[in-house]
Amino acid sequence: MDKVNILEHKLVSKHIILSIEEEESFLKKYNISRNNLPLIKTSDPVIKALEEQENILLKGRIIKIIRPNSPAGEGIYYRYVVE
Amino acid sequence: MASDEFILERLDAILHYKVSDAIMDESKKKLIDYNANVHEFTEAEVEIIANDIVLEYDKARVDPGEPVGTVSAQSLGEPGTQMTLNTFHYAGVAEINVTLGLPRIIEIVDVRKDPSTPVMTIALDEENKYSRDNAIMVARRIEGTTVENVARQTALDVINTEFHVYLDSERIEDAGLVMEDIIKKLKKVKAIERIRYDEDENTIIMSLGDISLFKLRRFSQKIKILPLKGIKGIERAMIKKEGDEYFVYTEGSNFADVLEIPGVDYKLAMTNNIYEIYEVLGIEAARNSIIEEIQNVLDEQGLEVDRRHIMLLADAMCLEGDIQQIGRHGITGEKASVLARASFEVTTGHLLEAAREGEKDRLTGVTENVIVGQPIPLGTGTVDLVMKVIDEDNKEA
Repeated sequence: MDKVNILEHKLVSKHIILSIEEEESFLKKYNISRNNLPLIKTSDPVIKALEEQENILLKGRIIKIIRPNSPAGEGIYYRYVVE
Repeated sequence: MASDEFILERLDAILHYKVSDAIMDESKKKLIDYNANVHEFTEAEVEIIANDIVLEYDKARVDPGEPVGTVSAQSLGEPGTQMTLNTFHYAGVAEINVTLGLPRIIEIVDVRKDPSTPVMTIALDEENKYSRDNAIMVARRIEGTTVENVARQTALDVINTEFHVYLDSERIEDAGLVMEDIIKKLKKVKAIERIRYDEDENTIIMSLGDISLFKLRRFSQKIKILPLKGIKGIERAMIKKEGDEYFVYTEGSNFADVLEIPGVDYKLAMTNNIYEIYEVLGIEAARNSIIEEIQNVLDEQGLEVDRRHIMLLADAMCLEGDIQQIGRHGITGEKASVLARASFEVTTGHLLEAAREGEKDRLTGVTENVIVGQPIPLGTGTVDLVMKVIDEDNKEA
């Protein structure tokens, strides 16, 4: 039996780590700062799984979330990783 | 007649950056399909349709400054008045009760850690989902069984300080246990001095040595609820066939442990305990689950609420990275403005606390501005007027 990977669960939307350059252009495009974004905690299981998978610390980074089943097709959401 | 290339090219040009990608793709597919099968468009018609799509899309969008939160609150609150106050519903499997209706909605927005009727719907993996026998096997692995569940009768022997458990062979078989397992489990309990098995009576006799009657009583209670197998918190598990697949339904929920059970398709296992989902799958999954659970209740009652209102509610609850309840310990209690909090409840308490901490109120919300008698920052009130004042004395500057 394969190990449980929560990132594959049906309820978990796709989480993408923005690269530093993408973060800059994203913040510039909407004219906002990181503190305006919704939050996600470093203790969140998805963040922990991503950190383990990519072998990096994600605190302070921005995560792009692609939500399916939105009335307008795909919903794109951003969360700022905090302690 | 307009060619497919023309349609694609015009739609790309006119809809680009005006509508979402999903709508763009859908428009292209629909138009090409219609053009081929129903009616041949002229090039002018394609142009008009494309422009109409943009127009309709703009109409469907929320205007800047629209109070979406208030509209959502009303749209969800009104159906709440029509809901039956307390309904119990048999969700497919005859014996499982699920709280629905208004009590369930309250449970969701209050973020209760233990909902009144936790249930799980567990999908099985390829190997097990088509076979009834395999499904029963998995259900048995999940269902918790205690000593009491396999006993016909229990008795205390006060004179010899012994505890007798009369076993029921049928129940042991149903639970998928064997005698040895039970004895092995009991042997691990430290308080037991000697343990023997009476085959004629099918009874396990536990001697406890020299202890008081009070302790013996307490010990017997503890043994009765000793788990023999299965997952803690799951009282019953049963199987149900849907289509050609078997699912396991449980009463009680323990999401983290069920995911690890062999035979379970962990990608599709579900629970109605939102807090458990938050702990195991994270904030985004919890948000999706809140939407699904509320939608379920509304659908079951035959009420129709636009999905976007529910999405806004769920997003507001999940904004801070953990689930916040709608109420004094969550969204309302953590408003940035002192005046808004003070107008909600415990007025003097909030004002005193704010004064002590030297809090400032920037008057950015609705409530604060109503209190001080200014236009509220919604709709046309969202915009400010910035004017360059000419200094009469110093015209050059």
